[in-house]
Amino acid sequence: MKKTESVTRLKEIALQIRTDVIESLASAGSGHLGGSLGLADVFTVLYFYRLTCKPAEPSWPQRDRLILSIGHVAPVLYAALANAGYFDRTELATLRKLDSRLQGHPGRDHGLPGLELSAGSLGQGISVAVGMALAAKSDAARWHTWCICGDGELQEGSVWEAAMAAAHHKLDNLTVIVDRNNLQIDGPTESVMALEPLADKWKSFGWNVMECNGNSVDELLDATDNSVIVPGKPTVIIAHTIMGCGIRSIEGNFRWHGKAPSKEEAMMFIDELNHRS
Amino acid sequence: MKAIQYKAGKTGFGEGLVEAGRHNHNVIGLGADITTSVGMNFFAEAFPERFFSMGIAEQNCIGVAAGMALAGKIPVFSTYGVFAALRTADHIRISLCYNNLRVVIGGAHAGISVGPDGATHQALEDIAVMRVLPNMTVISPCDATQTRLATIAAIEQVKGPVYLRFGREPVPDFSSPDQLFTIGKGEMLRSGNDLTIIATGHLVWESLLAAEKLAADGISARVINLHTIKPVDEEIIVKAASETGLIITAEEHQIIGGLGSTVAEIVTRHHPVPVGMVGMNDHFGESGRPEELITIYGLNAAGICTKAYQFLNKKL
Repeated sequence: MKKTESVTRLKEIALQIRTDVIESLASAGSGHLGGSLGLADVFTVLYFYRLTCKPAEPSWPQRDRLILSIGHVAPVLYAALANAGYFDRTELATLRKLDSRLQGHPGRDHGLPGLELSAGSLGQGISVAVGMALAAKSDAARWHTWCICGDGELQEGSVWEAAMAAAHHKLDNLTVIVDRNNLQIDGPTESVMALEPLADKWKSFGWNVMECNGNSVDELLDATDNSVIVPGKPTVIIAHTIMGCGIRSIEGNFRWHGKAPSKEEAMMFIDELNHRS
Repeated sequence: MKAIQYKAGKTGFGEGLVEAGRHNHNVIGLGADITTSVGMNFFAEAFPERFFSMGIAEQNCIGVAAGMALAGKIPVFSTYGVFAALRTADHIRISLCYNNLRVVIGGAHAGISVGPDGATHQALEDIAVMRVLPNMTVISPCDATQTRLATIAAIEQVKGPVYLRFGREPVPDFSSPDQLFTIGKGEMLRSGNDLTIIATGHLVWESLLAAEKLAADGISARVINLHTIKPVDEEIIVKAASETGLIITAEEHQIIGGLGSTVAEIVTRHHPVPVGMVGMNDHFGESGRPEELITIYGLNAAGICTKAYQFLNKKL
């Protein structure tokens, strides 16, 4: 498929994922809308283009692994998995409800197909991703490990322990995508606890650093391409995203970090998505 | 009778790890700088391609172990118990226990017998924190031989996370190398009817000495080695409570949340009898020679006997 055709198709999928995120959160009545919408394009490009995986065989040993470290954006992971065919989309309406496989933060014990890790305590997923990549390397396996981190999450010290370890063990089979939306619950990252110069931090830890617009399917396709990998180095993609991307009235507003839309808001938001696309 | 040899728990751990590594090539060693102090150097030398140095970064080490387990490996991570269990607590809770992953954590330098290094390095709260976590198995063997067997069993038999605790000092190595080590099964080492001493770790040996002393006074003490704190052998504890009417617990750990609490939780639920507890009484340790500290804090045969006499008149 030509790249232009892929881009058109991927944008349609991203729109569907955003719609599903809004609907499932409205049904749940609580959860994290802002970051989930901001990451819709990243999840689309990974699950529908970049990852080697078999939704019909979720435990296929040779699959690429995707570790979601920021468990609170579970709604976008669930929407991506459902649209990719891991389970039926109707199940998205059970988000955060009793007996649901769609826990508020991902929980493997509930048996959701395609879910690689229970996560929700910030700063831990990247270490797990390092362990997976290290295991794959020691087996000379060809699968790749992807990990999605938040930017505020990088304030956790153990993230940098993991960053050091990945470079030390030369894990060029690991790519971390940082959701750089500049916002966390208390406000802008740079006033809560400054992260800049962020690219320089990763470089100084020995990583291959890419930056891109994380809400551009086009740019994400280039940034996640195999050709960007530098032998012997782990890669980090600092994906500049907009929290709440797609809904003008909430874009860039940190108050939507941990909020779900009401039923009325959800209808309004979905209407807006359809008119903007 | 053969003279008792002295041997450190960490040596038993190191030997068990090598043996398990020989049986299964998926066994991986993760080191946090103090590889030799915790007995992991044997594995690193035997299987250099399966040993990974992770530096002084225990939290990351737990996550890395989780990732390796998800990829089909059986990672074993060891450092001093204070760091292995406490610095990493939330990483163990979420990355290991909530995901229910097959990882063995070796908690070295358990108890006050660490000695001159002082309070910072004496693991006295690790059992309490590890045993409260769902899916976790907690093992505290009584000597080097049992630590070796427990290490092999933990690696080969348990499908979820394990915390295995062992000491630094050479102590009497009295277990039979031919014993069948069964996780979750307490061992009655001496029969008796007047009271039961339930101990874990090195204090099992001290309990046997205490039982000898009590016997000289005409008191018949049963001795149980509770090497698995979780899942706990309720049956052996309830039987001891109903048959002897008094229990004394002994551990190199805080009384709060440790073996004493474990036993009390079961006894109060199934067969209430008085439980006297020998252990650290809500107190940090300090520097000193191991034998000095053990004596000051009463974590030895004499301390166990004192506690037994205090409690004999409370017997129902």
